[in-house]
Amino acid sequence: MNKAAPLAPPVVEARAITKKFGDRLAVDHLDLDVPARVCFGLLGPNGAGKTTTLRMIYGVTRATSGTIRVFGMDIAHHLRAVRSRLGVTLQQNVLIEALSPKENLLVFGRYHLLREPELSRRAEELIDFLELRSHARVPVRQLSGGFQRRLAVALSLLNGPELLILDEPTTGLDPAMRLSLWSRIRELRAAGTTVLITTHYMDEAQRLCDQVAIVSAGKVIGAGAPADLIATRLAPETVEFDCAPSEEAALLDGVPSSQRLRVGRRLMLYLDDATDFIENVRRLDQGDRRPIIVRPTNLEDVYLSLTGTSLEGNP
Amino acid sequence: MSISLPYALAVWRRNAAIYKRTWKWNILPNFFEPVLYLFSIGIGVGAYVSEMGGTTYIAFLAPGLVCVAAMNGASFEVTYNIYVRLVFEKTYDAMLTTPIEPDDVLIGEVLWAVTRAGIYGGCFFVVLMLFGLAPLPSSLWALLVIPITGLLFAAIGMVFSLRIPNIDMFSFYFTLFLTPLFLFSDVFFPLKERLAEPWLSVAEALPLLHPVRLARAAFNGEFSITVLWDSAYTLGTSLLLLLWARRSVRIRLTN
Repeated sequence: MNKAAPLAPPVVEARAITKKFGDRLAVDHLDLDVPARVCFGLLGPNGAGKTTTLRMIYGVTRATSGTIRVFGMDIAHHLRAVRSRLGVTLQQNVLIEALSPKENLLVFGRYHLLREPELSRRAEELIDFLELRSHARVPVRQLSGGFQRRLAVALSLLNGPELLILDEPTTGLDPAMRLSLWSRIRELRAAGTTVLITTHYMDEAQRLCDQVAIVSAGKVIGAGAPADLIATRLAPETVEFDCAPSEEAALLDGVPSSQRLRVGRRLMLYLDDATDFIENVRRLDQGDRRPIIVRPTNLEDVYLSLTGTSLEGNP
Repeated sequence: MSISLPYALAVWRRNAAIYKRTWKWNILPNFFEPVLYLFSIGIGVGAYVSEMGGTTYIAFLAPGLVCVAAMNGASFEVTYNIYVRLVFEKTYDAMLTTPIEPDDVLIGEVLWAVTRAGIYGGCFFVVLMLFGLAPLPSSLWALLVIPITGLLFAAIGMVFSLRIPNIDMFSFYFTLFLTPLFLFSDVFFPLKERLAEPWLSVAEALPLLHPVRLARAAFNGEFSITVLWDSAYTLGTSLLLLLWARRSVRIRLTN
């Protein structure tokens, strides 16, 4: 958390940034503050403007209006200086398939003007850090997806970035690989790196991120620490079960519509205490007991309640 | 906005690193193509042509084919290869997450295309020397023509590649642009002996014509005022096209 250094200026400060592609408004007066030394999650549905926002932050997409300061510098005027201090892992791996991981690292390191012996030393460090040693000299095209993804992350760390931007780093990875990547990200953050990450996995965001911003249609529609967002938006207990719309009147009497989410037949209710409600359902069901899941409310519930259209009486 | 040679060289080194791994497969077709033309047309057709431009036919072909080798070396690089990096491999998207700017990408890629032109033109020149078809020392001047031929066709190809909507357009570039240049740029016959006067001035627009004349002047050891015009055309056109490409590359890589 950022409480240790409350006076440190934000690493990224975006003020009312807007991006239009022709008539389409991709990002709409978006404000974003990424404090130093936190892991910050940028969440939102496909097409919400996350990648465009990231591209504006590292200066490849120019904002139609608004200002972005990274490390306190205006990105529009200090491109090279800003980019020399950040690293980006793109959604799509950009690797040279004919070359080995080691050779890829050497080529990419030169984009930052690293020279020998520093270049090789840094490449070797990252080969160890991302566990690439076993296949460090095999052509990349022969490596598995998880291995290639780790190499892509390693490339973005060559310059020892103060800000690491990860665009959907774990999409398509198996669970073990995700866990191992999370632990690397935590280590980097602990060592002082600010991490800005986009993901569609809300469990990932909840477990990894100190702060998140939920983006929809180019605007931030919810922001804060995951636990705070959950606590302020929804009741702490979630009851999940199947229920036909015709049963709602009898079953859901007294549950405010802001605390309900329906996806097809599936209904999720957010309650302070689920005990009475479950007893009531059981009584109405009599012998025919439907399966009911009770679990803590999580970030995915908040995300769906903010971005989903299926929430009844969207606040 | 700024061009930085160290960053451009980092782009160049990326391509060089891959080439070091794959040159054995790349160099063979590029190398043999002009050699095959030289011997098939030079020896085959040459048997029926007693002389052309004051020399044997195979000696007439030699300087033009040096430029063709350079043109082809540069052209493949800035067409298919650039397009694949741009659209499929997203190489430049990754480069632009580092301090590299679009201008550096352009300069690095053009330098690399010139390098490849140098490799193919140079190899072909060595073959000519081995067969005694490169009169020494005057033909050594043609070694200067190789990189500027590469520069010109790198610039032309860059502008084209950055502005086309899909990869299929390259077949037009090769069959409707490079092939006619190859056939009608003084390589196989002297234009000025076969074209009527008004058409000769139109032919001056053909980009390959100028490097070929420069190479021929070097091989013949006969330098006239035309050398200045041909050099100015080649370098001037390259420069103008590079300025145009500079705009295109920025539009294509950033938005």
